[in-house]
Order: sequence, then C-alpha cells, then structure tokens
Amino acid sequence: MIELTVNGTKHQVDVVPEMPLLWVLRDELGITSAKYGCGIAQCGACTVQINGKAVRSCQARIGDLAGKSVVTIDGLKNRDKHPVLQAWIEHQVPQCGYCQTGQIMQAISLLESTPKPTDEDIDEVMSGNLCRCGTYPRIRTAIHAAAAKMAEK
Amino acid sequence: MGRVERLSRRSFLIGSAAIAGGIAFGSYNGVAQAAESAGSNPLTAGLGPNSVTFNPWVEISPDKITLIAQHADIGQGVGSAQVILIAEEMDLDPGQFEIRFAGPSPAYFNTGFKEEFAPFLAADQSAAAEEARAATLEYLRKTGLQMTGGSSSMPDTYEKLRVAGAVARETLKAAAAKRSGVAVADIRTQSGDVILPDGTKIPYTQLAAEAAAVPPVLDVKPRDPSTWRMVGKPMMRLDIKSKVMGELKFGIDQKIDGMLYASVKLNPAKGQPLKSYDASRALKMPGVKKVVEIKNGVAVIATNSWYAMQAVAAIDCKWAPPAYPAEQAGHWKVLENSFKPKFLGKEWRKVGDVDAALKTGKLVQAEYRAPYVAHQPLEPLNGIGIVTDKGMEIWVGHQSPQFVQHVAATAIGLKPEQVIFHNQWTGGSFGHRLEYENVRVLAEIANQMKGTPIKLVFSREEDFIQDIPRQIAIARHRGSIDKGKIVAADLKLASTAPLNGLLERSGTPTKDPDAQLAAGHWNVYYDIPNFRATTYEARGLSPCTTWRSVGASTAGFFTESFIDEMIHAAGLDPMKARIDMCAVPTYRKLLETLAQMSDWKGPLGNGKGRGVAFVESFGTPVAEVVEVTATDKGIRIDKVWVAVDVGKVVDPVNFENQVQGGVIWGLGHAINCQITYAKGGAQQTNYHHHEAMRLYQCPVIEVRGLENDPKVRGVGEPPVPPAAPALANAIFAATGKRIREMPFNKFIDFV
Repeated sequence: MIELTVNGTKHQVDVVPEMPLLWVLRDELGITSAKYGCGIAQCGACTVQINGKAVRSCQARIGDLAGKSVVTIDGLKNRDKHPVLQAWIEHQVPQCGYCQTGQIMQAISLLESTPKPTDEDIDEVMSGNLCRCGTYPRIRTAIHAAAAKMAEK
Repeated sequence: MGRVERLSRRSFLIGSAAIAGGIAFGSYNGVAQAAESAGSNPLTAGLGPNSVTFNPWVEISPDKITLIAQHADIGQGVGSAQVILIAEEMDLDPGQFEIRFAGPSPAYFNTGFKEEFAPFLAADQSAAAEEARAATLEYLRKTGLQMTGGSSSMPDTYEKLRVAGAVARETLKAAAAKRSGVAVADIRTQSGDVILPDGTKIPYTQLAAEAAAVPPVLDVKPRDPSTWRMVGKPMMRLDIKSKVMGELKFGIDQKIDGMLYASVKLNPAKGQPLKSYDASRALKMPGVKKVVEIKNGVAVIATNSWYAMQAVAAIDCKWAPPAYPAEQAGHWKVLENSFKPKFLGKEWRKVGDVDAALKTGKLVQAEYRAPYVAHQPLEPLNGIGIVTDKGMEIWVGHQSPQFVQHVAATAIGLKPEQVIFHNQWTGGSFGHRLEYENVRVLAEIANQMKGTPIKLVFSREEDFIQDIPRQIAIARHRGSIDKGKIVAADLKLASTAPLNGLLERSGTPTKDPDAQLAAGHWNVYYDIPNFRATTYEARGLSPCTTWRSVGASTAGFFTESFIDEMIHAAGLDPMKARIDMCAVPTYRKLLETLAQMSDWKGPLGNGKGRGVAFVESFGTPVAEVVEVTATDKGIRIDKVWVAVDVGKVVDPVNFENQVQGGVIWGLGHAINCQITYAKGGAQQTNYHHHEAMRLYQCPVIEVRGLENDPKVRGVGEPPVPPAAPALANAIFAATGKRIREMPFNKFIDFV
C-alpha cells in the first residue's frame, strides 16, 4: 500500500511503485481532470501540482510520492473564483478542451513565479503544453488577463 | 473560364434522376423536414411517461428539457452551437436544458452534404447546380447518411434546428391554449415558460403530457434574425466552463462499474494480420488478467490502463508483411509512376485548349509533394464496450454513429441494430474519429470477455502507429505566361484516395473517382482561359483517410504555390493579380478585404516577406496573408491575416477560435510533420517526432468573417488549406527560395 494526499484527502493505493501518478489518479482514484496525452512529457496534458510545483504526472513515480501533496485542478484553492480559471472562461480558450486543464495548471505555476509575464516568458514556460486545436492565441491572452487581474489585488 | 461552367452529374445522381425530376431547389425546406422526421423520430422509443418529443431534436419530460446535438463534438463546438439554434427558437436560456448527442438514426441524415456531393463548383449557383443539389439531398435522405465531417455541421443544421425549435415552441403554445382556453395569438413564451395574457407562467415541463396530446404545429417559420437573442452574437459556449474546471467527461474519462482495462498492440503494417505471438513475459506482469488474441494483434486485459500498456508492450509479435511498400522511398516511387492513363481518377474540368496554349508564351512547370501526415488529437483512441448474449453496447466518441454499429457488428457477427452506441465528447479528431481502429478491436476484445465492460485505451505510440494518415500526393503542374498574363494551367496530381478509402472501410465502397482529390484542384476561380485539372489515383500504397480539410490540404498547397509561381513569372503582384483574375464577385470581395486588412503594398524588403493564398474548400472561400522574417535562427512567422466568408457567422467568438486553430493546424503541420514508413510501419510514434506548432511559434492571427456568400458555410476545415501555400509564398518573398514540398523544415530552418 502506498499512501498519498490528493486535493487534501489521504488515499491508500495498492499498485506497483513504478506506476506514474497519472494512472493512479485516473484509474485508481477516478480523478480524470489530469489527462493522458503522450506518456513521455511531450504534451503537458497531465500537469498537476506536487508540493506546489507544476509537474507532468505521467513522469512522477507513485513510489516517490509518499507524504507529498498532490493538487489537481479540482483541488485548487478558491477554485470557483480563481483568476486564471476565470480568465480562461472569460476568453473562451477551449475548443476540444482536452489539453486545457494541463495548460491552466502550467499557467498557474508560471504566474506564481512570474506575476507579470512577458510574451517571451509565456513562450518559455507554456511551449511544453501542446494544443492540437490551436488555442495558443487565446492561451496567451488569458494569461495576460489573469496576470492583470491578480495584480489588482 | 470567366464563367463557372457546369459539369455532368455523377452516376448516383443519374440513378436518382426520377426523384430529382420533380424537385426544384427551394422546395425542400425546414418545415417539410421537421414534419417528415417526426414520423421516424428516434426519441419516441426512449420516452418516459407524461413526456413529449416533437422531432428528433427536442424531448421534454416533467423533470427536464433535453436538446439533441445532432453532430459529434470534436472540439468545433456543435455541442453548444447546435442546441443554441434550437434554444433560440424555443425561448430557452442556457442552463434550462440538458444536452445529449444524437444516437444512430436516419432521421439525423446530413443535409449539408448536398453541397459537397453534387458535382458543381461551390460558387456555381445556377439552376442546374441547384437542381443537382436538390437531387443529392433526396439521395441523402434515402440513404440516411449520418456523419460529422466536411465542415457541414452548420450548413446541415442552421435551418432545420431552428425549425425544430419553432415547432416545439408553437406546439407547447397550442397545448397551453387548449388548457387555458386562451387564443394562441395571445400567448407568448420566455425562458422556458409559456406565458398567458394574465401573466400566468406555465413551465414547458408541466405542459409535456398535454403537448404530446395535441397535433404538432408544423406550419412554422424560423424567426427573423433581427429578433435573435443568442445566435450570431458573441456568447459563452456552453461547454467552456466545464472544460476549464476539468469537470467535463470525455470518452476516455468514463467509467462503468466492474470494468477492466485493455490496451492493444496491432500489426504496424496497417490492416494486416497477426501471425504468432509470445505473451509469456506479459502474463507475469502486475495487474494483468488476460491476454487476448485479435485479428490484427493482441490485447492485454488488466486492472489499470498503465498495467495493460506496459504488458502489451512486452508481448513479442510476428506480423504478416505490409500490403504496401515497406520503405518510404517505395511509396514515392509508386506515386511518381502513377501519372498514367490506367491510374486516371478523372479529368475534373477542362476549359479552352490547354495543349495548344501551353505551346505559346513562356512555359512554367513545377513538381510539388505532400507527405503522409497523422491526425493525433490529444485524446488517444479509446472506448468502453460490453458484449452480452443480446448484443454490444459501446461508448465511444465517433463521427459516424451508423458506421460504428456496422463495423462493431461485422467484427463479431452481430447485426448492426444489436449495437447500442453512445457518443462521447471528444478531445479532438481532425478526421481521426471517422476511422474504426478502436471500434473494431474493442468489439473483438469485449466479445472474448463477455459480460465484463472493457475500457480500451490506445497508448500514444499505438495511436500513431495505427493512425490512417492524410493522403500522400505529388503534383506536376504546367502553365504558360503570355503578355504578362496566365494563359494556361494544366494541373495534374497523383495521390492516394482518402475519401474512397474511408467509404470502403465504412462498408460503403464506391467505384467513383475520389472527389476529394479534386478539392483545391479543380475549384480554381481565376480567369485562366485554358485550364485543365486531372487526378490520378495511386494504388498499392498506405490506406489513407480524411485529415482536416482532406483533399484541399494537399491540392490547395500545390495549386496556390503554382499560381504564385506563374504570377511571379508574369511579373505581377501576388495579391493584385489574384484580385484581378478572380472570377467570382464575392470571392473577389474577400481578397480585397484581405488586402485591406493586411495593408498589402507589395514587397517589404529587409528580410521580410509576405505570401498570399486563396482556397475554397467545402464551399467556404478563405484567403490568408502570412508575413515572415528571415532571421539568424531561421524563418519566423510574424503575423497572419485571414478573411473567411461563411454567409452567416453563427457564433462569432467560436468562429474566431476555429479560424485561428485552422491556420495554426495548417502552418504547424506544413512546417514539421510527416509520417514515413520503414519496415512497413510508421516511424513517428509520439509528438516529438510529429510536433506541429507550439506556442512559441504561434503568430498573431487577425480574423475577419464576411457574410456575402449566399449560403451558410462551415468553418472547421477551410482555414487550413491556404495556410501552407501562403507560408511558402511568404518564404519565397523573403528569401527567394521556393519550397515545393512539405514539411518545409526539410529545406529551411524555422525559429
């Protein structure tokens, strides 16, 4: 049994330690907001926070996560009024939407380290997240909008 | 070619000429459609007590209102836009109804295909063309073909869903009139209520039983656009919030109690069987329940998708060899040798005397190439299936519900009607979810696990390897320039056949030439006095299928690159020459708008260059300008301007998003994507091999939607084809280098 905390709740899972966090979340715990896209850290759709940092959950071995705190988009603080999620809604970023939870988790991480990102900062941090539908212009707009909103406070 | 000429009908139209004879275009209307569909309304069967359904798109029970999105939602937003068309007429607000995807039924036949299947140029609005489209519509009605594709969602449903909503509204009013004794004329509707003159509000849900007892009011017209609350105005797509919050369940997120997980390894030589396998290692791996042999591979059943993927990767398989050349060079060789009469698809269009005109003036000739490309939506192929003695139930996101039934049933010896299909929200498609790799193997696996629900998830690698790619094509174009004008164009291309391949795998093979190979090839609207467009269909190559914008994704690149080369040879300005040559007034207006938007003034200098391209596909004319800079680190795309004429913009916000996405799709894949074969299998197995555009490369994209076209047109695909040639033409303007083959990064570096 491996014990981990997801969105503030402790879970025990009976899987091999090599299993990536992504598959524990999806198939063992039924938390499906983290998406499987590539399995090799090429697309970013599985991005979650581990101890506050954005991480590709397809690359995080569950055996290494004992005692660590995992947060998916479902467990964000102030989720209903989160400025990044609000900006994503206001600017209607998604098309198919499959990559967007990963995009948002990555953008939150960007804004925590760089509250007023330039276009170059956004290029640097967000280019690891693929969007096959091509919502990039809206992702950029939403990040700038969220940064502006967060600066007001 | 100043006028748009007529062409003979295709064979099926001759077959249905008897029906066609009496039908003038315009006799079809939404009223007839709503009335006719009511007789075979698939919602009737599942209706609960005290409930009503007026047509295949509206269902009201005492508890809730359900609106049906007829098409599959593949990210293009029909799960919102289509139900909004109904809600607009029903006076419903967002949040007052549930959304469900259509099940398989001929009631949902795609009327929009009448535009694409009738063999006339989109810009041809002549009586003969309209008569052929009307005849095609009757053919479609007879076949009941239900499919999402060809950018047809809005052309199909723009009229009929508003009529469906109006029928529901007027019938609810009739029921309220009967109950209250008030005249219908004095009754109105608002926000899900019928409102009587004294202000009394009766919720629609409370009228369901009574509405079922009154004859449906079919004599209705959709409201005047000036009265619209939602359609045509910026609005919040209904699926945005749940997608942002991570709450929306895609097909891959669904769960059924007691289900087990499966993953597959299939013969990389597409369509060929398994010869033998050794699963001894896999069977000892954690979580593994069973190994199942299927026709073209093996599956592992496990307690978790990851266990299944790990174990199936550990199975050693011996495969039957491919039915196409094992190595990529062999594919090109077959294609090079396909420009011969015995491989003729069709001479689609002939104007003037091309052979004579090619002997006058200056000859221009060039060869262009486009590789196989994969679809690879971010949600991998998946599905949940359960097989019992009664039949199969399947949960999968797919664009062709009836063909899912056919393919699943055929795989395991059932009748199509024994397959119950539940469509799902999908994480993209781009044509991938018109194919059946997941459907067929899921049926085979579930059939060997009777009674247990099986959730199948393809690994990304397997999804790449089994992706039936975009057509591969070569064009050999010739033209001549005389006195500063293009006097001849002889366009020839050889390609694999994407649409015919799909139709064959769908169980509806055709011997007609593949009309998608003519897209972007014959529908050239420049006034070129001698013009010919011919296709050749290569045989014995990889199966191919429809990839976002299909034939026009390759032919549009060839045609508009070649037109650009001829314009250059004639010493003309690429934008001005296109405007001057454009023979269709609304299309000329589109080009003029684009020139204005981009402030086109000719060459830029200083390592900067602009290219323009104009392609009509699926009836939608799109023109784009791409601006690039040649930097030390390679070509940088600075900005794109796009003008699109769809006749009517139904959802302006989503419209812009779709257009930008189409441009990004076209640019990204043109720059760096191809599928090549080695030892019979695709060499590219994940996104680092086949990346397309990432955010850092994405330019600013300015979009303008025009509404001059006489018809409502789709926008999911048409922004794709002009992107690649506009980029290639821009690179030429910036560097003097003509790139005639995709992907471009084989020939030039990009930032």
